[in-house]
Amino acid sequence: MARRNPIRWHIAVFLAPAVLVYTAIMIIPLFATLDLALYTRVERVVRFAGLDNFRTLFLDPRWSASFWNALANNTWFFVVHMLVQNPIGVGLAALLSSPRLRMAAFYRTAIFIPTILSFVIVGFVWKLMLSPIWGIAPGMLDLVGLKSLFAPWLGREEYALTTLALISVWQFVGIPMMLIYAALLTIPDEVIEAAEMDGITGMSQFWKIKLPLILPSIGIISILTFVGNFNAFDLIYVAQGALAGPNYATDILGTFLYRTFFGFQLQLGDPHMGAAIATAMFGIILVGVCIYLFAIQTRLRRYQF
Amino acid sequence: MATRTPIYRSIAAHAVLIGYTLIALFPVFVVVSNSFKSRRAIFAEPLALPDATSFDLIGYATVLKQGDFFHYFQNSMVVTVSSLFFVLLFGAMAAFALSEYRFRGNTLMGLYLALGIMIPIRLGTVAILQLMVATGLVNTLLALILVYTAQGLPLAVFILAEFMKQVSDDLKNAGRIDGLSEYRIFFALVLPLVRPAMATVAVFTMIPIWNDLWFPLILAPAEATKTITLGSQVFIGQFVTNWNAVLAALSLAILPVLVLYLIFSRQLIRGITAGAVK
Repeated sequence: MARRNPIRWHIAVFLAPAVLVYTAIMIIPLFATLDLALYTRVERVVRFAGLDNFRTLFLDPRWSASFWNALANNTWFFVVHMLVQNPIGVGLAALLSSPRLRMAAFYRTAIFIPTILSFVIVGFVWKLMLSPIWGIAPGMLDLVGLKSLFAPWLGREEYALTTLALISVWQFVGIPMMLIYAALLTIPDEVIEAAEMDGITGMSQFWKIKLPLILPSIGIISILTFVGNFNAFDLIYVAQGALAGPNYATDILGTFLYRTFFGFQLQLGDPHMGAAIATAMFGIILVGVCIYLFAIQTRLRRYQF
Repeated sequence: MATRTPIYRSIAAHAVLIGYTLIALFPVFVVVSNSFKSRRAIFAEPLALPDATSFDLIGYATVLKQGDFFHYFQNSMVVTVSSLFFVLLFGAMAAFALSEYRFRGNTLMGLYLALGIMIPIRLGTVAILQLMVATGLVNTLLALILVYTAQGLPLAVFILAEFMKQVSDDLKNAGRIDGLSEYRIFFALVLPLVRPAMATVAVFTMIPIWNDLWFPLILAPAEATKTITLGSQVFIGQFVTNWNAVLAALSLAILPVLVLYLIFSRQLIRGITAGAVK
């Protein structure tokens, strides 16, 4: 603010409501949670514990086994999304953006429908679909002669997590599809025409011209997937409950946080350990976002037009 | 394959897209169509459409008699509409301040507000609950409205600021010469011009709020304040063995979101192509 000007109060008035609500409900609780993680409660007395909670979480066998299990499951959950959801999304977007494609609006609308449904609906719908009692999945496999492949996927330790990850992929494939579709539409026509003049069409046009140009958007969907996955909770909770069964095979950081914070069965809830887990998640997400901002985005910028 | 004949390629493209559309819609179709069938028909021929012999509304009857669906629906509406109102109003005001005026700390304030796009508000849950307990807001809809307003603001400010930069300066300066106050310029000139962007932000903000399970479960699990998402989760859980009721409850839960989506899908797609990718 230049000294000769009067104080421009209207700027403050315009900013105040948003900044106040955002600070009070989001930023302060976020830091308060980080702070809570540094304390512990022993027989009703809260005392400063430094990094003890984290030592317990990472190293004490009673806690660390659950934590590393949740982290490993969460990582696999993310890997499945990156390997299945994003390539399918990019592929669908590439098809949708092909010129003179009829009914593109219909496909776009239809494929996005699962994304708008709540986790509760998605979780229950797939539980029913995969249920051996109802028999939709075994019946469909029977039609193509593969009935022997059927297993109660959600109930088996070795399949449950991958199955849930694929259900989540089914739900969210619309997001990378839309973002990449939008990016493909913004490629200037001259670039495509120049490529066609040089005889680059079809698949090679996609790989050589379009893909490099949409890399920034692929970076964005990767980081969105990362943040979304390491913050996931609802689908697992709806499909498998807070215990993330069978035998914690589908436990991810979100469900682990919920159980720790609120307690389950005979174990009491512990806000300080819960805050420690939230802090660990915060750290993981922060590292991911920093890698994206400093390593990936700066390097991709030169492709942008 | 068939690189030179576009007709084959277009058939192949349609085949893939139709295939994926079927995958996307099939589960929804199965649930909705079976919700209109009798229990026997659900198990005997799950893939058949309901016909004269298998048609049965027993599931809907059970749900509407036992569940408090209408009440949950009302709670969800109140929470979603109020949060949406505050996100749009506060978000547009902050976006206007950031995009219109040059002041010290402008960039810093923009970055501060953008932080929330990447860091999920859920990580602060432990402290948010303590805050709500301390202020006596647990099990009130106001707690949810506050949380969702804070959650929606960062993206709203970010997108709306992009759009407000495109509003012509001449128009605003003409308004200033005519003696309009800054508030009048914002409410009477700028706000009507960014209405399409507001609709986009509304759709983006609305879907996660309507579908959220985490905060209703933690901040407002009481019977009086249950949202439809939490309500159907609890409700469906009670009826795991009553297949008619489960399928009917699911169909009822799908319906409102689907209708809203079909009304707003144009806005949503226009918004993604215009603002969110930059």
